Amino acid sequence: MADLATPPGSAPPAGTAPDTGGRRDFLTLATTAFAAVGVGAVVWPFIASMNPSADVLALASTEVDLAPVPLGQAITVMWRGKPVFIRHRTPENVAAARATPLSQLIDPATDESRVQKDEWLVVIGVCTHLGCVPLGQKPTDQRGEYDGWFCPCHGSHYDPSGRVRKGPAPLNLAVPSYTFMTDTKIRIG
Amino acid sequence: MSIGLHNSEFKNPVIRWVDSRLPLFTMMQKEYGTFPTPRNFNYFWNFGALAIVSLMIMILTGVFLSMNYTAHTGYAFDSVERIMRDVNYGWLLRYVHANGASMFFIVVYIHIWRGMYYGSYKAPRELLWMLGVVIFLLMMATAFMGYVLPWGQMSFWGATVITNLFSAFPLVGGHIVTWLWGGFSVDNPTLNRFFSLHYLLPFVIAGVVFLHIAALHVTGSNNPLGIDPKGPQDTIPFHPYYTSKDSVGLMVYFIVFAVLVFFVPNMLGHADNYIPANPMVTPTHIVPEWYFLPYYAILRAVPDKLGGVLLMFGSIALLFVLPWLDGSPVRSMRFRPLSRIAFLLFTVNFFVLLYVGGKPAEEPFVTISRFSTAYYFAYFLVILPLLGRIERPLPLPESIARAVLPRGGGPIRMAATAKPMEKA
Ligand code: HEM
Ligand code: FES
Repeated sequence: MADLATPPGSAPPAGTAPDTGGRRDFLTLATTAFAAVGVGAVVWPFIASMNPSADVLALASTEVDLAPVPLGQAITVMWRGKPVFIRHRTPENVAAARATPLSQLIDPATDESRVQKDEWLVVIGVCTHLGCVPLGQKPTDQRGEYDGWFCPCHGSHYDPSGRVRKGPAPLNLAVPSYTFMTDTKIRIG
Repeated sequence: MSIGLHNSEFKNPVIRWVDSRLPLFTMMQKEYGTFPTPRNFNYFWNFGALAIVSLMIMILTGVFLSMNYTAHTGYAFDSVERIMRDVNYGWLLRYVHANGASMFFIVVYIHIWRGMYYGSYKAPRELLWMLGVVIFLLMMATAFMGYVLPWGQMSFWGATVITNLFSAFPLVGGHIVTWLWGGFSVDNPTLNRFFSLHYLLPFVIAGVVFLHIAALHVTGSNNPLGIDPKGPQDTIPFHPYYTSKDSVGLMVYFIVFAVLVFFVPNMLGHADNYIPANPMVTPTHIVPEWYFLPYYAILRAVPDKLGGVLLMFGSIALLFVLPWLDGSPVRSMRFRPLSRIAFLLFTVNFFVLLYVGGKPAEEPFVTISRFSTAYYFAYFLVILPLLGRIERPLPLPESIARAVLPRGGGPIRMAATAKPMEKA
């Protein structure tokens, strides 16, 4: 492209290269890129300040004593502001969960992959649809069609392995990371 | 004219002194005094002014509520109860604010309906319309966050369900939700930021309202006939004609408002919100505030999580492109015999969605919500584009004056003489 900035006929000032479009484009691009990086650098702290803070992250583990939970019953503990369901499963529960073919599952996962000890299921008690707390922890609660949990908000059903079987929820109840510290004591988180 | 000063026409020396240096009075006089306005407005044209009044009431009561409100999960619920019981007139401030949100939405829904029926979204008012949709979105965000502040059961679970909508997006969804929460569930950081934003957004709304009105004063108002004013015989000055007509509407608005605040202040709310938030127990039947129910119905009509979320956001996104979906050059549906029926059905359908959105997700409501959702989208994506091509509109009147004045307002004077009106 012809150089538009220099009047026709006048030579470029001594010591400068002829001003070509390529050089101008480069300057424009470099300046824009510099400004974009600057804006990004300024915006970043604002965005990042809204992510979980150090004290929120520090509250991230909970210890639970399992000894008082009788067979067939469940307890709910609070972890990171969310309920965690711990169910002491009966052998029938386990057998039923393991007999289910993976092809029948919405979010296929074996029961073995979801527990560390067969009789203890530990899952986050938050429906994977839109976050309600499913029913099924109290003996008087509705447990849904698969004898696990039932979410009253939009009708999702979960089985005794916490796997979603029916309804709008797309995923199984999440398994938090936890470790058995003794046979009857776990630490979540 | 003295150099550098505005040549003010005001007589009062103080006003004149200010106006020559900053011509605010001249501007108000031009935009709200002599502003030439179509002579045939009906009462639907009250609702813009009513919306502005609503916004002012919300900001006023909100600022005073904030003086006694505590944005902390441990205190929020009790601070609202204290406002209700111990703060002088606190109950009044809170009931005006809570019902004011409902009044604001009633007014804005009617305002939007007016725009859709009389084709106010069409050229040259597309941008004006889109700014309106922006205001509507900001209002929804503001009201949603405001409802979280009292930290009752519905506050908490409404916030949980709505923020979880974002988890539907693949890959980034989970991160977005954690970021929105500032933690791993709706908790104190969430409440704090919602209060901050709830305080901020109404002022952003006020800014967009300013742009909305600035755009309106470039194109001028639409009117029930949907035809452009052709000359001075078609318009009247805004003041005193429409200032007084707006005042009539305002009185009715205040009567309805007062009935809500003084006789049934909790009718539009939900009793569960008087139970303090409990993250461990979900109420059996979660419903959003009434003004969100149609969109909630669309969300639940789809059995797929992401699909429901996309359709819900899409139902509002469609409003942005409405000016380009409707190809008919005729604005007012008075002259569009088929679109008019389709739009009245759309209106009924909107109420059906509102109704099923408040019902549990069971039959027959699920099926009804599916049909209604289908019609909602069909209206925008099939019916309007199609009718724009095939519908035969009724003949348009020659001018506004011809249509509405007893003897047709005399001979038509054309636009060349359509200079600004004389002072009223
Ligand atoms: C677009 C305008 C606004 C809308 C639609 C709106 C909506 C709402 C809603 C629905 C509530 C819940 C009411 C309840 O059930 O108790 C609320 C609460 C609240 N709002 Fe607003 N608001 C607006 C403007 C403001 C402004 C400008 C402020 C502050 C300057 C404010 C401060 C508050 C406070 C402190 C509460 C908590 C007290 C309470 O719950 O009554 N609001 N708002
Ligand atoms: S939140 Fe559980 S089904 Fe929707």
